Amino acid sequence: MDLMPILSTLRRHKTAAALIVLEIALTSAIVCNALHLIGVRLERLTADHGLPEAELLVVDVRGTRTDDNADGKTAQDLEQLRALPGVKSAAVINQVLYGQNSNNTTLTRAKDKTEERFSAAQYSGDEGTLETMGLKLIAGRNFKPEEYEFGSRVDATGEVRLPQIVISRALAEAMFPGGDAVGKTLYAFGAVESTVIGVIDRIPHPYPSRAGNKGYAVLLPWRPSYRGGSYVLRAEPAQHTAVLKAAAAVIERVDNTRIVSRTGRMTEMRAAYYAQDRAMAWLMGGVILALMLVTAFGIVGLASFWVQQRTRMIGTRRALGATRGQILRYFQIENSLLSGIGIVLGMAGALALSVLLMTQYELPRLPWLYLPAGAFALWALGQIAVLAPARRAAALPPVAALRS
Amino acid sequence: MLAYYFDLALRSFRSSRALSLLMVLALGLGIGACMTTLTVFHVLSGDPIPGKSARLVNVQLDASGMGGFKPGQEPQFQLTRFDAEALLRDKRARRQALMSGSNMAVLPESPNLKPFYASTRQTSADFFAMFEVPFKFGAGWDAQADDSAARVAVLSRELNDKLFGGENSVGRNVRLREQDFRVIGVLADWRPVPHFYDTTMGDYAPAEDLYIPFATARALKYGSSGNMDCWASPGPDGALSLNAACAWVQYWAELDSPGQAGDYKRYLEQYSEDQRKAGRFKRPVNVRARNVVEWLVYQEALPGDVKLQVWLAFGFLLVCLTNTVGLLLAKTLRRSGEIGVRRALGATKSAIFAQFVVEAGALGLAGGVLGLGLAWCGLWLVRQSPADYAPLAQLDAPMLALSFGLALLASVLAGLLPAWHAARVTPAQQLKTQ
Repeated sequence: MDLMPILSTLRRHKTAAALIVLEIALTSAIVCNALHLIGVRLERLTADHGLPEAELLVVDVRGTRTDDNADGKTAQDLEQLRALPGVKSAAVINQVLYGQNSNNTTLTRAKDKTEERFSAAQYSGDEGTLETMGLKLIAGRNFKPEEYEFGSRVDATGEVRLPQIVISRALAEAMFPGGDAVGKTLYAFGAVESTVIGVIDRIPHPYPSRAGNKGYAVLLPWRPSYRGGSYVLRAEPAQHTAVLKAAAAVIERVDNTRIVSRTGRMTEMRAAYYAQDRAMAWLMGGVILALMLVTAFGIVGLASFWVQQRTRMIGTRRALGATRGQILRYFQIENSLLSGIGIVLGMAGALALSVLLMTQYELPRLPWLYLPAGAFALWALGQIAVLAPARRAAALPPVAALRS
Repeated sequence: MLAYYFDLALRSFRSSRALSLLMVLALGLGIGACMTTLTVFHVLSGDPIPGKSARLVNVQLDASGMGGFKPGQEPQFQLTRFDAEALLRDKRARRQALMSGSNMAVLPESPNLKPFYASTRQTSADFFAMFEVPFKFGAGWDAQADDSAARVAVLSRELNDKLFGGENSVGRNVRLREQDFRVIGVLADWRPVPHFYDTTMGDYAPAEDLYIPFATARALKYGSSGNMDCWASPGPDGALSLNAACAWVQYWAELDSPGQAGDYKRYLEQYSEDQRKAGRFKRPVNVRARNVVEWLVYQEALPGDVKLQVWLAFGFLLVCLTNTVGLLLAKTLRRSGEIGVRRALGATKSAIFAQFVVEAGALGLAGGVLGLGLAWCGLWLVRQSPADYAPLAQLDAPMLALSFGLALLASVLAGLLPAWHAARVTPAQQLKTQ
């Protein structure tokens, strides 16, 4: 089919053609970036932080009065929690993934050498920490039982001793590049000397989406009490309901003046943590859908108008021997042409918009793959939208067309 | 004349229902999306304390050690307890208050209620007057109560409902941990948006349920929650002790006028210089006294997602408008014959132009009504979302007016190009082809 008749017709409808091109360009620019935003959010939503999240339960307990035996009660709680049917392991840890608080500490390689500081998530937990959180030791060893102490002792005396420390692989690679971190010395809390005894594959930050999160984390052998820590239990998902109920009963039995302030599955905490991202992804999806619909209707409206306006031309062509297929293709090619120009302009717009979003909202650059995806979506949309008016045009009998 | 144009517009709608409906739908969607996002933006970026926001300043001092020091850095955004108490003693502004968030265990008298935790603000006397907190019963405490670490408490309306069934509870006791506190005031409903005076508890958190003197909380060794930054080991007395090298206290001052900010800043610089000389401050003098609006901008209180949504909605509206222009143009050109007849019968070019602009405006009104309905649905959806600002997403009168203004403006703008084309139609040629 020759393009020339299409072009000469379009030249007579410059404004309308330009508007449809502009609409397609705007739509494709927005759709590409919206798809990318969905992609960014989905990446967060589906991220694996390396913990057996499906098996973990969190129980937070708070006191309502002064308690001189918080460490003793914590030990009793844990002993009974570990004995519950279905509980594989249990630990008391100062902070949990997707939790409400985050403790961080600054580490240096040399004493009082402050230029190079590494901010790391500071976990402290009891003997059950590694097993319960499913942390994998990739070098060195875990703390020995005699190396643990009570966090309350550190708080009460203000005297910080930390002869051994376990760190995450990301922190080990950053602080001691190209070498074995085990056995190396680092300084925590400004000036407390400590020897790295073990490296753990991954320890996620409690707020994994936090900007600048590099996966740096340390594990300290300080047992928190129920007042400052969370109980983390590991059990098969099928037994979660029963375990949570039994755990609340244990807390009540050990000391009924305390309140279970929060209890739940880590999967629920994850859903709540990412709720905003999920809502945003849905919203973007809705906007893409609405944009595509509006654009499609615009194409249908304009194409219908053109078909109506060119009835005489179509009739003449049909009378001169053009087949229905040729009339159909005429409108399809015309639409492809307009979409094509719109898409090319739209891709440039998408890149410009992406640069703007990068500077304003610290988003990653638009991956090029989104461009052909958006282009194809818009082209297909145009073809579907133009199909009905084009078929109507093709169905025009030559006689009826000539009569009008 | 206008009435006649309206009549013509209605006739034109009737003659091409599908196309008109399509345009109204597209406009309505665009307006609805814009109104929804703009309303959320408007609510969240509002002034939490209008009339006073330029006179209320948040104080920042750079009390940190030299570790990680870079010139030109922002100072700590909270104060150490030592500095906050020193500034409070100086009383250099009309009103001033130090404060920190916490959670207090409340042990109700009623056996039907289990012990629970209430969000608490530990603060000083001027808090209530400075932030114009409304009272339902009683009043706040005075400076003497701060000095004597009195066991007094102010309850929110909700907490008073929960504990005392909404009665006037002034004079009664509320048990916090092991101590009885005397209720001296109950607040009326109060929710500053954003939660400007302490953004570490969530930018859009509701106001606290319980208010007790900061001095009392320290005397009874109560804890604190929120953000804490320590640059040296706090020592055996803990991070909340007077001399701990930890920043965790918020400090606000009310000035007589916005112009006094310079003087107040100089006072803070003098204070910092004195602390440097005394060896307490290590870093060069670096202070901030931001008013409420500046403070909220610095704290980036407005969520980035909300701004992004506004941009997205306007992009969407732009597409809808382009769409409307295209369809209106098609519709207008289809009526070239009619225009030719009107022109031949004596209508001027400007009359034709006006007629088509009015028609576009009428479309805009219909789109505005639809958009309003859609915005109402959209805001309902926002209220179902998990964000802490969700319950605040309500349509108000200014936004209602704005939505109609926007709809009318957008549609008239969209109508200009087709109307111009319509006015250019030459009657002779049209009459000839008929």
